[in-house]
Amino acid sequence: MALNEKNIKDIAHLARLKIEENEVVESLTDFSSILSMINEMQTVDTENIPPLANPHEQIQRLRKDAVTESNDRDNLLKLAPKTTDGLFLVPKVID
Amino acid sequence: MTWETVIGLEVHVQLSTKSKLFSGSDITFGAEPNTQANIFDLALPGTLPVFNESVLKMAVKFGLAIDAQINKKSVFDRKNYFYPDLPKGYQVSQLDYPTVGPGSLEIKLENGLEKTININRAHIEEDAGKSLHEDYQGMSGIDLNRAGTPLLEIVSEPDLRSAEEAVSYLKKLHTVIRYLDISDAIMAEGSMRCDANISVRKTGETELGTRTEIKNINSFRFVERAINHEARRQIELIEDGSSIAQETRLYDSELDETRPMRSKEIANDYRYFPEPDLLPVIIDDAYIDAVRDELPELPEEKKQRFISQLKLSEYDASVLVANREIADFFEKVAIATKDSKAAANWVSQDMMGLLNKNNCSILETTISVERLSKLILRIKDGTISGKIAKSVFDLMVSDSSNVDAIIKEKGLEQVSDTNVIDRLVDEVIAANPSQVEQYRAGKEQVIGFLVGQCMQRSKGKANPSQVNSLLKEKLS
Repeated sequence: MALNEKNIKDIAHLARLKIEENEVVESLTDFSSILSMINEMQTVDTENIPPLANPHEQIQRLRKDAVTESNDRDNLLKLAPKTTDGLFLVPKVID
Repeated sequence: MTWETVIGLEVHVQLSTKSKLFSGSDITFGAEPNTQANIFDLALPGTLPVFNESVLKMAVKFGLAIDAQINKKSVFDRKNYFYPDLPKGYQVSQLDYPTVGPGSLEIKLENGLEKTININRAHIEEDAGKSLHEDYQGMSGIDLNRAGTPLLEIVSEPDLRSAEEAVSYLKKLHTVIRYLDISDAIMAEGSMRCDANISVRKTGETELGTRTEIKNINSFRFVERAINHEARRQIELIEDGSSIAQETRLYDSELDETRPMRSKEIANDYRYFPEPDLLPVIIDDAYIDAVRDELPELPEEKKQRFISQLKLSEYDASVLVANREIADFFEKVAIATKDSKAAANWVSQDMMGLLNKNNCSILETTISVERLSKLILRIKDGTISGKIAKSVFDLMVSDSSNVDAIIKEKGLEQVSDTNVIDRLVDEVIAANPSQVEQYRAGKEQVIGFLVGQCMQRSKGKANPSQVNSLLKEKLS
């Protein structure tokens, strides 16, 4: 599939990346070359090969269900630019 | 022209573990904002997830209870989207390899028909935090206590054909989850949430119509109303020659309507990919067998046992097993009184009436297993009549003292003293000459009236069978 400039802007928006108008063409070139590499990889016959979820040949270890963390709100709230009444504040979101 | 509604439900259930899905934070409901959110829940750099073993076990338990395929390999994926109550910028979920594969649930409809509802899958995922949109200096407030709480998302096939079927399925699911004790499943508190996919088609058609997804339905009653409303809206649109837009809509219970959620400029693309911070989860037959051994008796098995072992009717058994606490309460009373029929009547009528009136659980009333059993035993040993027992029950609700003490204090013991009853019967015969004459002339049903008179004079305390036989004896 050939990409166009609008695709680049949409993808940037989905990833919340800010790209300047003059970067769009450059990104389009980069993106297109990555895509063509992937297209080349697609030609490899992977029939009967199960998808690989993780390159490590290990399985997930489990954790005991226990509360190991305590309330650290005062310290954590200090990391945020704006807080009130124990809440983090963010620009208004309505959906 | 007749229409058919096609419904599939996605039900999110918060699992009642002690700690979160991937972190050791507490998940107790109702804590002060952000007091249960640690560095992992806030997605600070360098933190990594560690999978909670109880979550896996609860998911497998649920899968076994609905006869589902349990997948020996499950893989976590990242579902990417941006929202302030999702600090990582992605929700960890399971896309291609969910822990629980296809299963099914039997529902029973009001007309007595049974129907199998197929369940496509149940996968494990994280809950998000909460956004508070009240005005905080023109901003939104974020509470991340809920972020990372384990959820099981149970996805049905589009097998439901009416609001009634949908509610019935949801209630059955609720019963099973409560039996397994894997979630509180309280819709009003959000520990059980339901989204409905709804489409309509002309009866007889096999192609599915365009569906809409209704979110934000937070009670059994609203599920029914939201589905009925949305189906009607779609039918009207099609009959007017318009078409249905595939979209997500919100149900507004105050206006009883659905309306579209603000549509986004660009369609959301979750860009799923395998979560690199977690390895595949592998379980074996020994693990599954061990979980199966821990399964409690499920509602259907309990119902069959109540019918065969305790000789209950199909109806009584169904009513009692619908709620695990009520079923357990009933069974204890049945054992203590050795009278399962009386126990079934008292629990399904008087106790359940009380629970409906006070909107509480059977464990929250003043009537304990011991007190109700004592009351039933006092009817059986003749201390009180069945009718008086109803008054004693009402007194017991507000008076938590000993059952015998209540009976004694209010003077409610049944009168079985032959002399007293003899006098009572003589009085009634003397006071009702015309009825006595009718009885003697062969109108036998008048005996009921005379017994009633005796009961009234004794304020319900005379032993009715003694009164009955003595009356017959004196009038013959």
